[in-house]
Amino acid sequence: MAATMAQKILARAAGKPHVRVNEIVTARVDLAMANDITAPLAIKALRAAGARKVFDPDKIAIFAGRHMPFPNMQFATDVNATARFCDEQGIRKFYANGEGMDHAVAPELGLFRPGMLVLNADSHSCTAGALGTFAVPMGSTDMAYVFAFGESWLLVPGTIRVRYSGKAGPYITSKDLVLATMRELGVDGARYKVLEFDGDALYALEQDERFTIANMAIEMGAKTAIMRPDAKTEAYLQRRTDVAYETVFSDPGAEYEATIDIDVAALAPQVAKPFMPSNVVAAAELKGKKITQVAIGTCTNGRMVDLLQAAEVLRGRKVAKGVRLVITPASIQTYQQAMREGLIELFMEAGATVNPPGCGPCAGIHMGVLNAEDVCVATHNRNFRGRMGHRDAEIYLASPYVAAASAIAGTIADPREVLQ
Amino acid sequence: MKCEGRIHIFGDHIDTDVIIPATLLLKTDNESLAKGCFAAVYPGFHERVTPGDLIFAGDNFGCGSSREHAPLAIKAAGIGCVVAASFSRIFYRSAINVGLPIVICPPAIAKAREGERAAVDFVAGTVTVGDETFDFPAFPAGIVAILECGGLVGFMEKRLKAEQAQRA
Repeated sequence: MAATMAQKILARAAGKPHVRVNEIVTARVDLAMANDITAPLAIKALRAAGARKVFDPDKIAIFAGRHMPFPNMQFATDVNATARFCDEQGIRKFYANGEGMDHAVAPELGLFRPGMLVLNADSHSCTAGALGTFAVPMGSTDMAYVFAFGESWLLVPGTIRVRYSGKAGPYITSKDLVLATMRELGVDGARYKVLEFDGDALYALEQDERFTIANMAIEMGAKTAIMRPDAKTEAYLQRRTDVAYETVFSDPGAEYEATIDIDVAALAPQVAKPFMPSNVVAAAELKGKKITQVAIGTCTNGRMVDLLQAAEVLRGRKVAKGVRLVITPASIQTYQQAMREGLIELFMEAGATVNPPGCGPCAGIHMGVLNAEDVCVATHNRNFRGRMGHRDAEIYLASPYVAAASAIAGTIADPREVLQ
Repeated sequence: MKCEGRIHIFGDHIDTDVIIPATLLLKTDNESLAKGCFAAVYPGFHERVTPGDLIFAGDNFGCGSSREHAPLAIKAAGIGCVVAASFSRIFYRSAINVGLPIVICPPAIAKAREGERAAVDFVAGTVTVGDETFDFPAFPAGIVAILECGGLVGFMEKRLKAEQAQRA
């Protein structure tokens, strides 16, 4: 019986030969995760239920260093308590020492492999789909149950296929591809579905660029994203893990609920206007819109490839007067590589503030919070009201090229104009 | 099990940043969560809620982050039930897990007006707005089992006790 990647991974995790779309299964998890914000509630729920031991400390990873150094005392208290919990339970995959944020760090550490089922108390878990991992986000109490029993109930989702074709023009990145997809699907066009990304233009992208696309699947309401691993994925994994894995592929004839075809050759740089990530227009339409801050980083665009794109624009140029440029590498590995390659120096010369690795100002917690009059171009994934601070602050989502070009211009800019 | 109160209307795609901003996620006691509910975008919301009031919303309620503080804050503010045209996936699970009643009933949304009275009867499976009553579909068996325990913590407790008894 022909099956999608999602069906195959869930069937294996549920111990069944085959699962049907819309069937509810109980699935065993290969890795369970939580972070600085969601782990404390999960631990509270676990204790309230009277659970004394987690199901398997080696199959749990906690990333509590997303907002290092801590913005306030409560944060320190929560992370310290989470550290004690991990100690007690023998959870060795505990990261709160400046490693950065999980959606960037976990792939670098080889924690995600093709065919795995990962459950994570964080909505951007879908990022792992770029490696052929089936990673499903859920809340803290759901995660408490997973920590206790190593399993959870899941509805087998239908799959929507997105195919990218054509050759992208200069300065068109994977962010432009996913923003164009958001414009098509809206913020709930893939609700409860899996987004399976495919097509020549996807596989022309480097592995690090593909994470950007998988990352924003949740913004379309999807349960998660998935991509077929290719030779680039294999090479990426080979450098990072020696754990064996079993790659699965969607069968020819597998059933898709819809197929969306996007010709990337026709794409101009894209920008999502406030206050929805689906509110997407061409950057050129916003030309001249004055800005006060630019933020480059996050689980969407905080990897080496993103910093290189920003550097291409910022090299030898200065940030416009009246604009703050905040750059946050998503992981320590990225930060170190950027340092070795002279990017940190280059950013500082251009007038940027470089944050330590982590989430940076994305959720309005610290390191670049916005006030009412602020207008920010961010490489992030969300621009909802109040996301980065004040309810009236405007957030425009774009690629690192558009963000850096806007920082130079002092207004929203098309990078093709700034660089030519 | 019933819930009756005044209607608070919300639109489509109400996201978790609007329900409770990330800056307010650290204090998880009921009073802080109640104060944080819609605090940035609709200041003073919790003061306008009489316990048992209902939220009536459009499509994709609770989209965005996985923060469970969102259903917890709505519950802490005194809302007895959220009726929506549809829910985001993570919010749907988390609301059930923390014992915030939620109902999918698009025709009732169309009739609802701000400040009017409404009632939800969870046993009969009906939403009443004014003098009109609408049916909503029953929850799947697995979800009913969680609801019967008052949420997922109660359900876990029951399973842990059963496993202990089996070992003894």
